[in-house]
Amino acid sequence: MRLRTPLAQARGLGAAREGIHHWWTQRLTALALIPLSLWLVASIITITGADYATAAQWVRSPVVAVLLLLFIAAAFYHAQLGMQVVLEDYVHEGWAKVATIILSKFLMIALAFVAGFAVLRVALGG
Amino acid sequence: MEITNRPLSPHLQIYKPQLTSVLSILHRVTGVALVVGTIPFVYWLVALAAGPDNFANAQAFFGSVVGQVILFPWVFALFYHLCNGVRHLFWDVGLGFELKSVYISGTVVLVTAFGLTLLAYIAAYAMRGGAG
Repeated sequence: MRLRTPLAQARGLGAAREGIHHWWTQRLTALALIPLSLWLVASIITITGADYATAAQWVRSPVVAVLLLLFIAAAFYHAQLGMQVVLEDYVHEGWAKVATIILSKFLMIALAFVAGFAVLRVALGG
Repeated sequence: MEITNRPLSPHLQIYKPQLTSVLSILHRVTGVALVVGTIPFVYWLVALAAGPDNFANAQAFFGSVVGQVILFPWVFALFYHLCNGVRHLFWDVGLGFELKSVYISGTVVLVTAFGLTLLAYIAAYAMRGGAG
């Protein structure tokens, strides 16, 4: 009969390889955002001051729609990770820290879905 | 509670601002600014989805003086965060940690960010002029 608890075996082995998840996903989204944001700025410049028909036609292109959705996903994922770190550093009161982090994450997710829905509506709408 | 009278390290205001520290905090500032900047971006997409009238209003807003005052720092914040982010990725793989390299890369980031911002503006105004 073993008297040692499972905890004794797990102790000292580190964070089960999950410890760098925040850091790693921040870098992964950063890497994705390099080409995506350069593409976005360059594309928006080409339709500066455009009328509705031109801008809508731009979003209706499947490549543009998918790239916009990728940008939105990567940008807001990166944003909520960054906001979390900033809030963790500057909001000192325990409950206020948790509350502002939750609020900021909900807000980022909501903005991402609103932006994504707008793109889909233009791209797929008649 | 026991009263301790140990020496404190000087507060942040005591230190002379240096390129390294200023660029470091600027990365955070531009990061938060870009989060706020997502709101006009989402507004622009929603206006497009809402139809021609709403989109015309959005385009008029971004073309106005107020819109331009918002857009210029927005574009700079994006390019600065992008360039300095690339600098961070180099550090992540262990490159450029010598003090001299840190100052060189910092200067390169600033010059590149300003250069790209100006380039974007020149291109945008050229497009606008071309479109009439």
